[in-house]
Amino acid sequence: AKLLLLFTCLFFVCLLGFLVQARTMRRFLRPGHDPVRERLKRELFQFNKTVEHGFPHQPSALGYSPFLHLMAIGTRSGAIKLYGAPGVEFVGLHEENNTVMQIHFIPDQCQLVTLLDDNSLHLWSLKQHSGASELWEDHRFTLKGPPGSPPSAAQITAVLPHSSREVLYLGTESGNIFVVELPSFGVLEDRTITSEAVLRWIPEDYCNRRSCELVEALQEHPKNPDQILIGYSRGLIVLWDRTSLSISFQQLENLSWQRDGSKFISCHYDGSYTQWPVSNDNRQSLPLENLVPYGPFPCKAISKIYWQTTRNGLPYIIFQGGMPRASYGDRHSISVIHGSQQIAFDFTSRVIDFFIIFSSEPTAEFDDPSAMVVLAEEELIVIDLKSAGWPAVHPPYLASLHCSAITCSHHVSNIPLKLWERIISAGSKQNVHFSNMPWPIDGGTNIAPDPPQRDLLLTGHEDGTVRFWDASGVCLHLLYKLSTVRVFLTDADPNDNMNTMGEDEWPPLRKVGTFDPYSDDPRLGIQKIYLCKYSGYLAVAGTAGQVLVMELNDEGAEHVVDHVEADLLQDQEGYRWKGHEKLKTRDGPVQFEAGFQPFVLVQCQPPAVVTSLALHSEWKLVAFGTSHGFGLFDHQQKRLVFVKCTLHPSDQLALEGPLSRVKSLKKSLRQSFRRIRRSRVSSRKRRGGGGNTSEVRGILQEMELAPVQRKIEARSAEDSFTGFVRTLYFADTFLRDSSRHCPSLWAGTNGGTVYAFCLRVPPAERRMDEPVRAEQAKEIQLMHRAPVVSILVLDGRNIPLPEPLEVAHDLSKSPDMQGSHQLLVVSEEQFKVFTLPKVSSKLKLKLTALEGCRVRKVMVANFGSCKTDDYNENDLAVLTNLGDIQIISLPFLKLQIRYPCIRKEDVSGIASCVFTKYGQGFYLISPSEFERFSLSTKWLVEPRCVVDVPEVSSNNHTHSRSVMENASRKSR
Amino acid sequence: MKRSSAGTFQDFYSLLQSVHQIPRVDVLLGYTDVHGDLLPINNDDNYHKALSSANPLLRVIIQKKAESDAGVFASNSLQRKKKGLLRPAHYRAKPHLLIGMPQDFRQISSIIDVDILPETHRRVRLHKHGSDKPMGFYIRDGVSVRVAPQGVEKVPGIFISRLVKGGLAESTGLLAVSDEILEVNGIDVAGKSLDQVTDMMVANSHNLIITVKPANQRNNVIRSSKASGSSGVSTDSTPSQQTPSPASQYLSNYSTAESDEEGDLVIESDGAPHYGPVGCPNGGPADGPLPPSLSPHSSQGSLQSLGSHDGSPGRGSVREDGTLLTL
Repeated sequence: AKLLLLFTCLFFVCLLGFLVQARTMRRFLRPGHDPVRERLKRELFQFNKTVEHGFPHQPSALGYSPFLHLMAIGTRSGAIKLYGAPGVEFVGLHEENNTVMQIHFIPDQCQLVTLLDDNSLHLWSLKQHSGASELWEDHRFTLKGPPGSPPSAAQITAVLPHSSREVLYLGTESGNIFVVELPSFGVLEDRTITSEAVLRWIPEDYCNRRSCELVEALQEHPKNPDQILIGYSRGLIVLWDRTSLSISFQQLENLSWQRDGSKFISCHYDGSYTQWPVSNDNRQSLPLENLVPYGPFPCKAISKIYWQTTRNGLPYIIFQGGMPRASYGDRHSISVIHGSQQIAFDFTSRVIDFFIIFSSEPTAEFDDPSAMVVLAEEELIVIDLKSAGWPAVHPPYLASLHCSAITCSHHVSNIPLKLWERIISAGSKQNVHFSNMPWPIDGGTNIAPDPPQRDLLLTGHEDGTVRFWDASGVCLHLLYKLSTVRVFLTDADPNDNMNTMGEDEWPPLRKVGTFDPYSDDPRLGIQKIYLCKYSGYLAVAGTAGQVLVMELNDEGAEHVVDHVEADLLQDQEGYRWKGHEKLKTRDGPVQFEAGFQPFVLVQCQPPAVVTSLALHSEWKLVAFGTSHGFGLFDHQQKRLVFVKCTLHPSDQLALEGPLSRVKSLKKSLRQSFRRIRRSRVSSRKRRGGGGNTSEVRGILQEMELAPVQRKIEARSAEDSFTGFVRTLYFADTFLRDSSRHCPSLWAGTNGGTVYAFCLRVPPAERRMDEPVRAEQAKEIQLMHRAPVVSILVLDGRNIPLPEPLEVAHDLSKSPDMQGSHQLLVVSEEQFKVFTLPKVSSKLKLKLTALEGCRVRKVMVANFGSCKTDDYNENDLAVLTNLGDIQIISLPFLKLQIRYPCIRKEDVSGIASCVFTKYGQGFYLISPSEFERFSLSTKWLVEPRCVVDVPEVSSNNHTHSRSVMENASRKSR
Repeated sequence: MKRSSAGTFQDFYSLLQSVHQIPRVDVLLGYTDVHGDLLPINNDDNYHKALSSANPLLRVIIQKKAESDAGVFASNSLQRKKKGLLRPAHYRAKPHLLIGMPQDFRQISSIIDVDILPETHRRVRLHKHGSDKPMGFYIRDGVSVRVAPQGVEKVPGIFISRLVKGGLAESTGLLAVSDEILEVNGIDVAGKSLDQVTDMMVANSHNLIITVKPANQRNNVIRSSKASGSSGVSTDSTPSQQTPSPASQYLSNYSTAESDEEGDLVIESDGAPHYGPVGCPNGGPADGPLPPSLSPHSSQGSLQSLGSHDGSPGRGSVREDGTLLTL
C-alpha cells in the first residue's frame, strides 16, 4: 500500500509538471485569434454613446426659431442642444468648452449663431446627410476692433441676425455696432454704426450729458428691415436709419417691438417699462406710458419684455423680473399681464431666458401668443397661454431628473403591455393639472424606427419618491411618480399646499415647476428598487432601513400598512447604533392614490441603509440586506422567515452608523490641521531666531510635497464593513444534491463571503397555511476576500436562470434542470465559476490582479447578431472603477472587448451606471442628465430626424433683399 | 485540563502516553497554529504557546517518532503537511542531519528569477501567513529616470514610500524606501496609476511577487560569482534553495500556480439550520466554537473541518485535489 501511495505521489508530481507546462504555454499564446469568433464579435458588439436624456447641466442660453419651430439650449460647458418635436434633437459641442452666452437662429434658415464668453461667434447648420439631419459647425469668428482700440471695443453684447439672412449686427461694449456678412463673417466696415456717428446725430444737449455706453439691445423693425432699433445701456434708444430717438433716464435692460412696428417697449433697471411711439420726423419722441408694475417701492430690474398683440385687442405684456426688491427680490419670476388677468409665475431656480411662441405667419395681423417657454437653471417650463388659468404643459423631454437628487436607478426591459398601460393610467391621474395643449415646439420629423420594446427606467430620489420613466426611445419622459412619504410621519405635512394664495395677494405669485432639491428628511431616500414586471409587485428600500412591498392598484384606496421589524443584530450584545433613528410610521389607515400602494413595511434594526434587495414574485418572498446582515420576508403571509447577522464582532464602524464616521473624520481633519499649524508656528519661530533656514525650507518642502501614499495590506476578516451585504439572489437550483433542486437564496458580502440558504416554499394551495422555511446550506469564503458584487446561477445549458414568472408567461424557455448547474460569483476582483451542488472552483478570471481595476457594476446582457437574426448569446457587461466597460463571455469568462466609457475621476457617473438586459446602459453625466450608451449592434436607441426648410413665401424675401441692397447702396 | 494548571511539557507527554496507552512508544507531538501550520510541541515554551492558541479545544497530532521525519513540521501549508503525514517511513533515503530546529522558522521571503533578470533588478516574493504580520509598506507616485536612445528621460513611476517597523516588508531586508516598483506578479506597472498598482498588490497580497529596482544598487547579485547560486547576496535569513537556471522559472511559475489556486473555504452545513444565533461567521474559525458535527469519518470531511477551523481559510480546502486538475 505504501508503494502504491508513493506511485500516486509520483504520478501527481508528473501530472503537475505537465499542467504547469501546459499553462506556461497557454500564457504565451496570444488570445483572440479565432477569426470566426472575431467576426462574430464584430456582429455582436459595438459601443456608442447614443443620446443624452434629461435636463442640460448649467444651461446658459436659449434660442428659438419660429420658422423651424426648434429650440436651442446652450450650456456653460459649451454644448448646444436643439429640440423640436419629440424625438427630434441634435447636440453640438464647441471645441473651446466655453460658456454659450447667446444663441440666435438665422431667420428662415437651418442655421444658428452662438456667442461664447470668449467673444467668439460660431455658425452652425443643420445639414442632411444620408436621409437624416446633422448639426455641424460651419465657421467661427472673433471680432477684432479697429487697431489700437481697447479689447472692450470688440466685446460683443448684442447680436441681431438680420431678416435678409445676409448680415449680422453686432453690438459691442464700446457702443459701436459692426455689421458682418454671413456666412463668411466678413466685416462690412462701411456699414459700421459707430457711437460717434450716433452721438453726432443726436441733439447736443443729450450727447454732452451721456455717452452711449454699451449696446444693450438691437431689434429690427418688424415691417421695415432698414430700420434697426438700438438700445444703449444708459437709456438712449435710437431707431437707426436716423428717424427716431428716445431717451429714458433709467438704465436700459431690453427692447421689444410691437408687431405692427408702430410702437416699441423698453424695460429698465428700476423695474419699469415704457412704451414709445415711432415717429418718422427725426425728432425725439416722448413716452406713451411709463409704468412700474410692482411699485411703488423700489423694484428689481425688468430684464426682458414682450408686447404681444391679440385679436381681441388686449395685449399680453410678459416680462421677466420687476419684483419689489425688499420682499420678493429673491424670486425668479416672469409676469404675464393680459387685461385684468395677471400672474407672476414663480420659478424654482434662476430664469436663464424665455421666449413666446406666437403666430409666425408673416401675413398674420396679430401675434396671438399660444405658449411661453421658460428656461430656468434647473428645469424647462412651458405655460399654455391659450387655456384658462394658464396651466403648464407636460414636457415630453428635458425632464428634470434631479428635481430631487437621484439616489439609485433600476432598469426593466420589455414591459408587458398590460403593466405599461396600468402605469400610464396611474400617471395620467397625477397629471390632471397639466394643459392638454399639444407640445408647441414641434419642428422637424422623427424618422427613427419605433422603439423595439417598452422599457422602464425607475429612479429613486432623496425625497422618498420613485419616478417611472419611459426609457423606450430617445425622449425620456415621466410616466408616473410614486411617493413613499405617506407611510411615514414627517415634519412636513403632505396636505399643505404651497399654492394656497389668497385672491388679493400682491404680487400674484404662482409657483411653477417641480425642482425641489431640499429633502424634508434624508432618511426617506430611496436606495434600492426591484420591480417584477409580470406581477406588478414592487419592492423599494430606503436610507433608514425601511423596505416597502407594493402592489399595483388601479384605484385609490385607504388601507393600513402592516409593519414588521427585522432585528438583524439578533442577540449580539454590547453594540450601540449611533446612526439615525428609524422613520416613524403613521398609525391607522393611509389614503393612497391609484398606482403602486405599499401593503407591508419591513423595518430593519438597526435602521441602517438598505444595501441590497431582491424580490421573487412567484415565491412571494423579498430579501433585504444592510451593513449588519440580511433577512428574508414572506410577503404573502407577512411573516419574517429568518434574519442572518453578517457582522464581524470587531467591526465597530458598521455598528456605530454613519454619523460616528463623520465625527471621526472631522476629528482627524482637525488634528491634522492642528499639526500643520503647530509645525508652521515652530518653523516661523526658528526662522525668527535666525536658525537654519535651509532646514526650515526642507521641512516646508516636505510638508508641501508630502506625496500621496497608498498602504499595501492584505484584506483580513477584521476589516471594516465586511458584513455589508452587497448582493442578494434567488435561484431554483441544486444546492444540496444533484438530484433535487430547490428554491434558494444567495447573499454576498463585502468581506467576500457567500451564504446560501435552502428554502422550502409551500405549494400554491397551501401557501397561506404552511410557513416558508429556510436552512443555511453553504457558506463560501472567497480567499481573496474582495466584496461580492453579484451572484448568478447558470443552468445545464450555461444560460442564466430566468427571472421569476418569466417562464410562466411564456417569455423564456424553462431552465435546463438536467445538466449540472454552475454558480458564478463576481467579486470586485475576480469572476469565479463553481460547480453545483458541490461548490468547487471550475474556472476564474482575475481582473484586479492582472489589470489593477475593480468591478463596479455587472449584469448579464443578451446580445443579438446584426447579421443573423436567430443568433444571440449571453455575456456579462462589466463596468470597472476605471470607467471601462468590458464584455466577458459566459460561461468561459473570456474577455471579449473593452471600451473606455466614463472618466475614472467621474465617481458619481460610475456609481450611477445601470445596464439593461439587452446591452444598453445609462449613467449620470451631471445630476440632471443620463447618458445612454449601447454595447449592442442590434439594440440602439439614438435620435434620427430630419429638419426640412419649410416653404416660405419667397416674395417677401426678395422684397426685403432688394430693400436691403438699397439700404447698402444708400449707406455708401 | 485546566488552563491555569497546565504543568510542564513532560507532564503533558506522560499524560498523553497514559491516555492513549502507549507508555513506551516515542512520539512526536504537533498542533496546528492559527495560521494552519503544523508546529511541534517538544518543550515547555511551545507547549504553553500551543495551549494559549487553544480556543477552547486544542487539536494535538501524535505521530510515532520512527514514522516521521524532519519534514513533518514544514513551514507553509497543510498541503505539504498532508504529504508529510502520509509519507511512508522508508521514503527517507539517507540519514537526516538535524542541525537545529528549522521547523520553528518559516520562510517569509525569497529572491527569485535571479538568472533571468537584469542585475539591477530584484524580484522579491513575500510569503504572507495569516494575519500575524502586516505587509507593512506604502507606495507612492514618483519620477523615474530612464536611459533612452535619445538620452535620459523622465517617466512617472511607482516607488516604495515607507516601510512599517516590524512589518513583513521591512523584516525581509529585501525592500527599501525609494525602491522603484517595476512589476507586480509579472505584470508591468508602467502606465498604471497608483491606485491601480495598489489594487493589484492587494489582490495578490497572499502571494506577492514584486520586481523592484533597488534605490541602493550596491547589494545587487553579481551573477558571475558562482558561489551563491540563485539566492541573492543579502542578509536574508532564508536563502531560497531553488535550483538555478531554466527550472527556476518553472518553479516560480509553479509556485505562483500553487498559491494562485488557493481554494475558497466552503462550509457545508448539512441539515442543521445554521441561521439563528450562531455568532459571527466572519469571526474567523479560530474564534468560534467547534461545531458538534466533527466526525472525521471520511478524509474529505475531516479535511474540511480542519480547513475551516485552523484559522487559515483557503489552505486545506475541499479542493485539494481539484486545485491541480482544473484550471
